[in-house]
Amino acid sequence: MTIPAELASPLASTTPAPNRRWAPRKWGLIRLLSPLILLGVWQLGSALGLIPQDVLPAPSLIIEAGIQLIENGQLADALQVSGIRVVEGLLLGGILGVVLGTTVGLSRWFEATVDPPMQMIRALPHLGLIPLFILWFGIGELPKVLLVALGVSFPLYLNTFSAIRQVDPKLFETAQVLGFSFWQRFRTIIVPSAAPQVLVGVRQSLAIAWLTLIVAEQINADKGIGFLINNARDFLRIDIIIFGLIVYALLGIGTDAIVRALERRALRYRS
Amino acid sequence: MTIVSERRTTIAGELRHVNKWYDDHHVLTDVSLQVERGQIVALIGRSGSGKSTVLRVLAGLSTDHTGDRVVSGAPALAFQEPRLFPWRDVRTNVVYGLTRSRLPRSEARARADRALADVGLTDRADVWPLTLSGGQAQRVSLARALVAEPELLLLDEPFGALDALTRLSMRGLLLDLWREHGFGVLLVTHDVDEAVALADRVLVLEAGRVVHTLTIDEPRQSPGAPTEQYRTELLDKLGVQI
Repeated sequence: MTIPAELASPLASTTPAPNRRWAPRKWGLIRLLSPLILLGVWQLGSALGLIPQDVLPAPSLIIEAGIQLIENGQLADALQVSGIRVVEGLLLGGILGVVLGTTVGLSRWFEATVDPPMQMIRALPHLGLIPLFILWFGIGELPKVLLVALGVSFPLYLNTFSAIRQVDPKLFETAQVLGFSFWQRFRTIIVPSAAPQVLVGVRQSLAIAWLTLIVAEQINADKGIGFLINNARDFLRIDIIIFGLIVYALLGIGTDAIVRALERRALRYRS
Repeated sequence: MTIVSERRTTIAGELRHVNKWYDDHHVLTDVSLQVERGQIVALIGRSGSGKSTVLRVLAGLSTDHTGDRVVSGAPALAFQEPRLFPWRDVRTNVVYGLTRSRLPRSEARARADRALADVGLTDRADVWPLTLSGGQAQRVSLARALVAEPELLLLDEPFGALDALTRLSMRGLLLDLWREHGFGVLLVTHDVDEAVALADRVLVLEAGRVVHTLTIDEPRQSPGAPTEQYRTELLDKLGVQI
């Protein structure tokens, strides 16, 4: 069978090269421009008086408010306080979740005893426990840290548990043939094999940690980013409120990026 | 069940009157076999005949059997899949074969490099196992099994997952290593040709019993040697009509 020349030729001839190289970059550029244009419209709308400034201040005013908070040191102080709350809660809840997930994953006995109550506590909405925590632990740092810890522990518990259950049993058999000790099995099989999914749990936990912090800081905080926002509400400083929200968002994105980098490192053998 | 270590005999591994049950099911019935050093014994049988179970008993992976198991030192075992640790580089995987030897790290690395040279993979020592081809990964698995210089090598259909050409070159590599080091081999396979091509003796296992033993007069002849009689005999015992 012969192929007509006009049908065969499109396969043989190549599309002009510049077009091909431009196409993917074009979409990247458009993606980058879209939010910038939106910001420009917002700024322009504010300048023309189309957007009332006591409802939504112009981007330039929000940036100004931010610079002011940075210069007078209020942002640094708030970041430190909120940061310590999150770090303490993450450590406490993270260690609890990973340790419980590991023991439950490794032992059927722990699974039968520890997993049912964990699943029951998990069903409670942890943010709904705020009134209880205030009564139990007062209004200081402790209830905030404990609330973050509680929220953080479950994604890590569940992901660690299932990660350990999914370790290839053939590798354990191989380890037995090679004469590995328990510690060697833990280090060379369980940890590297479970790490990617545990890190997925860390990412979920981080999102919950920031969310919990935001809610906990709305209620009776006297320092931290939440306090900054609440205080601004009393003085009708919408620019500071929006700036505080942006800080929360940047913290969430930044910490997520750190964990994603760890994930890439844990999976580098798959490249 | 007794485990005896006999260093001075030429026996690399032996089972005496081994029985094993899974619940009510009798998986191994009075299995006795011997593998001497410098000998290749093939164990052949249909799926479910208990081949792998025999291997697991000899490897020390089974605890609930009766009868005696005698092995010289710690036997090495290579599986059908390479079973490498994907998150450790190739050299470290081979070093794991020396876990029982408790050697200093530098000595273990040097031995691993020699074992990798033996299987022709010196230049792949630093790569991740997932970048290897199937045949290369199986060679690393062989290096890991042999790095501790075992006297008994147990192979569970080690070439079963490889393509035909790679399988042939792996057979050649196994024979080279075996001639050099002189360990005993128990080769579990369902490939009659492989058994005839490699073994001194072929045991046919059926429903957990050794039903036939075939001794090959002049083993490992060059290609084209008359092996047809052995094939026919084994296929007949396996119940295959040709």
